[in-house]
Amino acid sequence: MYRIYSIGDAGITLDMGNQIDEKLNRKILAIQQWLLMHRFEGLKDVIASYCAVSVLYDPFVIKSRYLFSSSVFEFVKQKLEEAWLQSEAGNEENVEPVISIPVCYDEEFGRDLAYISKEKNLSIDQIIQLHSSKIYYVYMIGFLPGFSYLAEVDEKLIIPRKPKPVPVIAGSVGIAGSQTGIYSLNCPGGWQIIGRTPLKLFDAAASPPVVLQAGNKVRFYAISKKEFLSGNS
Amino acid sequence: MHAFNKMSLSFIKPGLLDTVQDIGRIGYGNWGINPGGAMDPYALQVANMLVGNCCTEAVIEIHFPGPQILFEQNVMIAVTGADFTPMLNDEAIPLWHPVIARKNTLLHFPELNYGSRCYLSVHGGICAEKWLNSYSTNLKAVVGGYKGQPLKKGDELRLKENTIYFAGLLPEEKNLRILPWQADVRNVYHHQNEILITKGNEWENLKSDSQRQVFENNFVILPLSDRMGYHLKGSSLALDHPMELLSTAVNFGTLQLLPDGQLIVLMADHQTTGGYPRIGHVISAHLPKLAQLCPGDNLHFKITDIETAEKLLISQQQELKILQRACLAHLNEMVC
Repeated sequence: MYRIYSIGDAGITLDMGNQIDEKLNRKILAIQQWLLMHRFEGLKDVIASYCAVSVLYDPFVIKSRYLFSSSVFEFVKQKLEEAWLQSEAGNEENVEPVISIPVCYDEEFGRDLAYISKEKNLSIDQIIQLHSSKIYYVYMIGFLPGFSYLAEVDEKLIIPRKPKPVPVIAGSVGIAGSQTGIYSLNCPGGWQIIGRTPLKLFDAAASPPVVLQAGNKVRFYAISKKEFLSGNS
Repeated sequence: MHAFNKMSLSFIKPGLLDTVQDIGRIGYGNWGINPGGAMDPYALQVANMLVGNCCTEAVIEIHFPGPQILFEQNVMIAVTGADFTPMLNDEAIPLWHPVIARKNTLLHFPELNYGSRCYLSVHGGICAEKWLNSYSTNLKAVVGGYKGQPLKKGDELRLKENTIYFAGLLPEEKNLRILPWQADVRNVYHHQNEILITKGNEWENLKSDSQRQVFENNFVILPLSDRMGYHLKGSSLALDHPMELLSTAVNFGTLQLLPDGQLIVLMADHQTTGGYPRIGHVISAHLPKLAQLCPGDNLHFKITDIETAEKLLISQQQELKILQRACLAHLNEMVC
């Protein structure tokens, strides 16, 4: 059901496969929560992704504080195994409110709309309809502060990312494969951009500084360019 | 009128890239916030230890060409890491030693001798913006350190209060005093081009020919390399079958195989997660010497196992603890 391997001498990963699966992800998040609630000294961070959870740790601190004869890797591996056994995946029925994200799907903000329209043989309206009619699950935050990975888009919208990244503006909503997500900062990016949200997904001054976290449910809704520019949504 | 005593240092001339860094912003990877921090964590720690600072104090990470920094009052400083021939006015100062500098002396770095980045610590510590428990500068998010940006001409960094009366420790006609204790770092940076790695999860997916090439190649560090990662040039490597990996956590030192068959080594400003195959991971004990390699330098990899990697790191850290105690003892002796 899982494999555990090292990511260097200061990191370890519990890997449940390479698939986009909500139930699997909830188990991953539960393991993460358990580890954070049962911290051992030397634990630096616990990072959850689609179907893996990693622990970054300080081998010197662990070796200094605990008595064991195995490698530090084996010590942390045992903690991960315990977390796997002891943690319980959250239920879908633990209803969290669906977070609504306003998106302006105007071609000025969604410069890859025309490309997707051509490739997938869909009208722009159909793209907007398909993208905004689903409730997505947030699988992970990574790559950038506050960059969210949501899945899965309607299969008619599945489209590969660009071969080379181009400059992307913060707030841009994109699609890559069956994932959709929002760029939280200006940066180079390879996702196909279909619109932009006026929401700040990352704000260093806010607490927490990110709007979305893994396990959230999200729905997008269309706003006009006028609403986008006036800041009303 | 009583002159207000400025406790600060001023950037008279900026360097190529000078930023406030510390040991990193730990524990926020789940928000996509990468730890950042010093590229050469060993040099950072020693810089703080030499001047009796707590290891969590901020320092300035300096690249070449370096800046010109004016001290507005007497200070105890240390410069560690790369050798950019640090000078106070017209006098050379040694690396890896604490130095007392007189008010109004100018620290500058005329020549590149060795290495890629050096660290300037000040006794007592530097005042900087703390964000999520760390002074490290996050250039992407523009927060932390000095306004989230590299230091420019005219910028002033305030210094924290310190209790040592340095004027009393400086000989009258002298602008500086080199203190006699130092760090012996030969073990950490020797055989600089030989970098030990442990296998990554996708190592087994490399073609056996490519696996051989990882160890036979003399890789060159490309000019594109920066604080986020070192782009390496070598023979094109390939997997035995194509893989589409979902993103997972990566770490400082992770070797990723890019679609063009070349390798990138993730460095201090690496992203929290990545989807490229993880071929290997540089051992933590070799990150300091890796961080001192420059674009144009060669390196080659050798394989090791986790147990060996841990032993090397732990022994490096144990020596640092000994150094820290020794520095504090010397400092106490000096001021009492």
